[in-house]
Amino acid sequence: MAQAVPAGQKWWSGGKSPFHVEYGKLMMWYFLMSDAFTFGALLIAYGTVRMSSNSWPNPNEVFKTFPIIGEMPVPLAFVSLMTFILIMSSVTMVMAVGAGHNGDRKSVMKWLFLTIIGGLAFLGCQAWEWTHLHSEGAWWGRNPFMNIDGTQSTTNFTNFFFTITGFHGFHVFSGVIVNTIMLIMTWRGVFDRKGHYLMIEKAGLYWHFVDLVWVFVFTCFYLL
Amino acid sequence: MDSVATTAPQTQHNDKHSFDTRIIWRTFWILTAITIFELGVAILYYETDFLPKHILNGVFLIMTLAKAFFIIAEFMHLGHEIKNMVMTVAVPCLLFVWFVIAFVSDGASFRHLRNRYDRYEYEQSKTPVQKTEHHPEAKKPGVE
Repeated sequence: MAQAVPAGQKWWSGGKSPFHVEYGKLMMWYFLMSDAFTFGALLIAYGTVRMSSNSWPNPNEVFKTFPIIGEMPVPLAFVSLMTFILIMSSVTMVMAVGAGHNGDRKSVMKWLFLTIIGGLAFLGCQAWEWTHLHSEGAWWGRNPFMNIDGTQSTTNFTNFFFTITGFHGFHVFSGVIVNTIMLIMTWRGVFDRKGHYLMIEKAGLYWHFVDLVWVFVFTCFYLL
Repeated sequence: MDSVATTAPQTQHNDKHSFDTRIIWRTFWILTAITIFELGVAILYYETDFLPKHILNGVFLIMTLAKAFFIIAEFMHLGHEIKNMVMTVAVPCLLFVWFVIAFVSDGASFRHLRNRYDRYEYEQSKTPVQKTEHHPEAKKPGVE
């Protein structure tokens, strides 16, 4: 749990790190907080528009396909797989950070590599899902799906879906790029020369944030 | 760069003690279990309508917040930082409470007002239409 700060110390008079975290890590937290508000604004806009609609497409009907097995309906199975991939890659990222604490270069590289694979797998899944929805006629500005009560649906559903999952997918893509750069830097021994692997922690924070956002996207689009 | 050099060994020393692989795996299993539970409830609802949808949504939201808590506290390690630092992140996020309530209720209010005063729109939105399996080819993006 949260660490206690010894009383009586002049923490804020300079020369110390009152929050006990490195400057860059603290700033990463504040960046992520601002990014959370960006995603929050998008998701809440979606919520507002959905609340102002009399009906909405049924996610169990829209997202029921799975690659390879054809037209057999398996509601939400594919998106659950995507969720699992992202949680799994979060775990490998924590392992990379942990290995960094021990200064174990080989181990950091192994876990970072697995994290990158996880990120690419997620992006591949999303690419398949987008392609599939597109082949059904869904895109920005067009919505082939009926509302759950059989009435005509507006394009709000597809517009929000593609915008928000696209924005999230772009974050995943950036995360994969960042992790790849971290992998190269680790491989070239940059962090060994510095004497610490704190940069991996910052990349890790960003990566977990992407997982965190997906948890909310998953709930808002696929469950509610 | 100087500040990094002075604070880094301190920070690392502290985290070494709190890094524990078992906690990470426990968090992983909790997250997986919650996701499977959500999925199970969603499919059960799809098949049987066993609960009113708004109660189900409440369950989903609580599950989502629980998952978010575990990711932030354990994976992102925020639960192990100094309390003051946690507060600088957590307190601004309280804005979300107002943000969600205000905007979602605004959407609901707009729906009620429109249904009351724009009867034509209301009738339209209550009229079922023929289900079309796919859009006509020509309407697909990139084809026209």
